[in-house]
Amino acid sequence: MSCCAPGTGGILLDAPSRDEILLASRSVGEAKYQTFLSVAGVHCGACIATIEKTLSGLPGIEEPRVNLSTKRVSVRWDERFNPSEIFVALARIGYPATLIDLDADQPDPILSELIRALAISAFAAGNIMLLSVSVWAGAEAATRDLFHWVSALIAIPALVFAGRIFFRSAWGALRHGRMNMDVPISLGVSLAFGMSVYETATHGEHAYFDAAATLLFFLLIGRTLDHVMREKARTAVRGLVRLSARGANVRRPDNTLAFLPVSEIMPGMMMVLAAGERVPVDCVVTSGSSEIDASLATGESAPVAVTAGHRLVAGTLNLNGALEIQATAVAGESFLAEMVRMMEAAESGRTGYRRIADRAASLYSPMVHLTALLTFVGWMWVGGDVHTSLTIAIAVLIITCPCALGLAVPIVQVMAAQRLFSYGIMVKDGAALERLAEVDTVLFDKTGTLTLGKPTVSNLNDIPDEARSIAAAIAAFSRHPVSQAIVAAGPDDGQFRLETPPVEYPGLGLEAKIGTDIYRLGRAEWAVPKAGTANRYTSLSRNGSLLAQFQSRDQPRPGAAAAVRYLKQAVRNVRVLSGDAEAPVAAVATACGISEFSYQMLPGEKVSAIQEYARHGHAVLMIGDGLNDMPAFSAAHVSMATATAADVGRNAADFVMLHQSLDALPVAHRVALKSARLIRENFALAIGYNMLAVPVAVLGYVTPLVAAIAMSLSSIIVVANSMRLLEPKHAAKATKASDGAALSPGLVQ
Amino acid sequence: MNNLLVLIPVALFLGGIALAAFLWSLKSGQYDDLDGASERLLNDDDTMPK
Repeated sequence: MSCCAPGTGGILLDAPSRDEILLASRSVGEAKYQTFLSVAGVHCGACIATIEKTLSGLPGIEEPRVNLSTKRVSVRWDERFNPSEIFVALARIGYPATLIDLDADQPDPILSELIRALAISAFAAGNIMLLSVSVWAGAEAATRDLFHWVSALIAIPALVFAGRIFFRSAWGALRHGRMNMDVPISLGVSLAFGMSVYETATHGEHAYFDAAATLLFFLLIGRTLDHVMREKARTAVRGLVRLSARGANVRRPDNTLAFLPVSEIMPGMMMVLAAGERVPVDCVVTSGSSEIDASLATGESAPVAVTAGHRLVAGTLNLNGALEIQATAVAGESFLAEMVRMMEAAESGRTGYRRIADRAASLYSPMVHLTALLTFVGWMWVGGDVHTSLTIAIAVLIITCPCALGLAVPIVQVMAAQRLFSYGIMVKDGAALERLAEVDTVLFDKTGTLTLGKPTVSNLNDIPDEARSIAAAIAAFSRHPVSQAIVAAGPDDGQFRLETPPVEYPGLGLEAKIGTDIYRLGRAEWAVPKAGTANRYTSLSRNGSLLAQFQSRDQPRPGAAAAVRYLKQAVRNVRVLSGDAEAPVAAVATACGISEFSYQMLPGEKVSAIQEYARHGHAVLMIGDGLNDMPAFSAAHVSMATATAADVGRNAADFVMLHQSLDALPVAHRVALKSARLIRENFALAIGYNMLAVPVAVLGYVTPLVAAIAMSLSSIIVVANSMRLLEPKHAAKATKASDGAALSPGLVQ
Repeated sequence: MNNLLVLIPVALFLGGIALAAFLWSLKSGQYDDLDGASERLLNDDDTMPK
């Protein structure tokens, strides 16, 4: 498959309805709407050109614009146009799209504040540094004073605008009786500034405006990178498929249908659920029959047959028949919301974790402040005047201002996230990396985690080509997982075309008419009535006689066995927790090389199993996919969701794999270990630098020139050390080209 | 000394222009799609983005 032609898949297109699109669109006046789509398949210039050209060709579409960084398309469409066409057109050229919420596309206010602060502090630092150079070079007194005043004028707005980010955070920590890196930073910067203003006013020789501005600039770089990393992960996760319905067709008392958003659906309302739609709220079936894909709720992919009287859980997918349903709960009390509550309850287990940087700060800050105080007292004692003692004490605070320390953690974590992203792993935030490095127990879910979670045809070689292409053509009209597997197993060339679409019988299969022959694809006793019960696989028949049988099985995820082998060595405890029955769990666990497993576990039982591990001092990594794993995600020390996970699960997990293969797992663990080591090295470097610089400062030899050089140098060393986490560029390119399916040999072995 | 009275404002003014230009580019969405911009360069059709 070439880079720019992803397969178009089946004929079935799950295009959202016009009403659904309208709910997620913004009116831009003159009967026009703007909509944002997520298109995961965009990855090069040719993709951009193809998509924009195709969409421009549609009537009523304006300004289609692809954003390659966020993999999104923004389009404006005319009221008279049916926006579902956009999805059909995109799917036809091989870029299936999903609708995204309006609020997902709001600009990020924190990032713009950070970048603005960064720009202003860069301007201030650059200009003050220029003025300072001439002061260091020995400008005469009058010029020096002038330059100091100009520096002060530039530094004031920079301090107010860029510094408030740190002041705010430091104040927040102090108010809650905690200590973070921003406390010594804020104190150092404001004291440096205050003393410099005093020095300038009294025509003093040393002003530290350059140090204050440069410090802010360096620290803001770290802060901004950290934020960008988190934001990138959040956007990628939000852009993936959304699994809850936006609304439903509600039947009014006068028997007309109206599309209402989920929030307006009340218990007792009657709704019509077409095939391919998701259940909007918890409800009960009143008439009709169909099969339901409940994998979101149970994690199991085998469809469940439902008829009148069955209860349905919000978020599950109606596969093949129209249903009349009656709501039994409002959206806020549905299954999804219940899971979120369980998650919040389980979360308490993790609040005990404090980030490395914060732990370091709580040791570092008191020490620094004590040193500065002792310096002041010491100089007073040996007979210095208040001014000299104070100046030297403040110089100690400036030189120990944790510039390198502030960069030590975010730089490494940004590099690690960058590296992991190239392997198709998203990291939610830096703390997750720190926690992953501490893991000693790995728990797997089964369906959708150790396995792909959807069946594939396993006896391809026994099936004649003709039967394969006929079956694929018929199955393309169904959403049933086995049908999708048969489509995927169909021949690539010479697609068999049906003249009339087949009829789908829920729970039985599909019936198609080709020429004068009746073909049936589905349950064996329905497709081949004469065969009896001996045959239990999905069968294709012509006029009642058997053509082929399709055995389908849930395949283990690629790389599962290798990942387990690695984990057994690296972290020792590996175990499967599954909601499935004993036999299938045992089969998959054995196939992957895991000897310990638990079966038939409810979401709550998974949580208590994890809490049991935590009580014994184990740090648990939970890997799962379904909504049913969400509470377990929150209870675990760190969690990882697979590519096929439900979107809520992705939001709850610390790591999200973007590719199918579990090879990502060893890579993530290795990168986490390496970044933990680099962070420790960076701390050692920063503290080592302080041990050299502090005596110099205490003895009163620190001039603004020495402070500026020492500070920049330590930051550069820390950044350079962190760069070691990045791999050589050519190796990264080679891995990306293979789309994460295979990893560079150096990493796997 | 007199030169400085002219040169310092000039230097700050020039720096200020650069700062303003950066803030403008940020606001007008120049950094919204860094990956896309480098790829679009290779597209042949000459339509301007609106």
